[in-house]
Amino acid sequence: MRFVLNGRQVDVRAHAMKRLLDVLREDCGLTGTKEGCGEGECGACTVLVDGRAVNACLVPFGQVRGRRVLTIEGLKGTHPLQAAFVGEGGTQCGICTPGMIMAAAALAKDATLEDVRLGLAGNICRCTGYTGIYRAIAKSRGRKGPRGTLRPQP
Amino acid sequence: MRTAMSALELIEPRSLGHALEILRDRQPVVPLAGCTDIYVALNAGAPAGTRFLNLWPLDVLRGIRLRNGVLSIGALTSYSEIIRSPLARRRVPALVAASREIGAVQIQNRGTIGGNVANASPAGDTLPVLAATDAVVVLRSAGGTRRVPFNGFYTGYRKTVMLPGEIITAIEIPPVAGRQWFRKVGTRAAQAISKVVVAAVRAPHPRIAFGSVAPTVVRVPRTEQLLANGGSIDEAAAMLLTEIHPIDDMRSTAEYRARVACNLLRAFWTETA
Repeated sequence: MRFVLNGRQVDVRAHAMKRLLDVLREDCGLTGTKEGCGEGECGACTVLVDGRAVNACLVPFGQVRGRRVLTIEGLKGTHPLQAAFVGEGGTQCGICTPGMIMAAAALAKDATLEDVRLGLAGNICRCTGYTGIYRAIAKSRGRKGPRGTLRPQP
Repeated sequence: MRTAMSALELIEPRSLGHALEILRDRQPVVPLAGCTDIYVALNAGAPAGTRFLNLWPLDVLRGIRLRNGVLSIGALTSYSEIIRSPLARRRVPALVAASREIGAVQIQNRGTIGGNVANASPAGDTLPVLAATDAVVVLRSAGGTRRVPFNGFYTGYRKTVMLPGEIITAIEIPPVAGRQWFRKVGTRAAQAISKVVVAAVRAPHPRIAFGSVAPTVVRVPRTEQLLANGGSIDEAAAMLLTEIHPIDDMRSTAEYRARVACNLLRAFWTETA
């Protein structure tokens, strides 16, 4: 089945019902995308399909036919978000990090802190807390710190 | 993934017409779209079937448009598309509010309104909105089209009036007179399944619907009537308790849900006064 993976046209043979997550890891050898909960709650397996964040554990491979899939490997280690996550302590154990970065990569350029919080609400981190992550995202956009103010959630 | 792939089949229809033929000729077959429910079950080793029909590429079932004053939302329209739609924001702000609180961005990009209705969970977050706005479910099969009032769509816990071979193609929402109100109470703003969810329309005859407090989403007609007749909110809250049937489960308790449902009724009444 043909689709575009990290900017390259590829043809991959795998079962149409296989999870995109497993096809990426097992058939494409791209193990940067992690499995966390396997039920769409934690966001560790977040990748972009046609520019939009999805949980790869809930996408049948058959549904990416002809689509553009972007994984953490597609950022090539040189994306400003990756440097900022390292520099700002936005990562600790690292399992959530690829998903966090992909979710952040899907955010609008002018996203406020509130937008970042909402955009990453489906990505769970159990080590760092989120301050370093928000700081890293702000920094990757050329800001010193997060823009906007924190509002307590109702 | 706790389900063996080799036993599964995904059928690719060439068109909506072809999909309806497959649904007529190859039962049992489970239609799938955004997979935000079906793949959770599959990952847990409890697949809904072994033969699946891929509706996701059928773009004819996507989009939000006005037809003769009625808002028609294609069954494959995702929550993200509803959130972004100026038409939906203007006509059914309560539906936009519900869509924003479903899962998180990753789920909103994949989950569809048709899927929320077909999945028939009593906790589905768009369902109270569709109940309170007297929406209509458009069903199609190879034999034709029929329209079912949303408030007659569910016949029991996870049971609907859908016949084998039918799929939901659209949800229609007539013009809504009065202020719309939506509130979801869950463990956390994102990702949590509702403990109690309510949508309501403030009008001379208010329309009020609750989710997660009965085997299906429910309208509360006696409570609505009491308020329409000028009854007090205390009387209405007492009446509400006779119209909902919350249970204890993994997410909450019957007692908590009853209390919160009454609080939400009061909040609706105060905030839309």
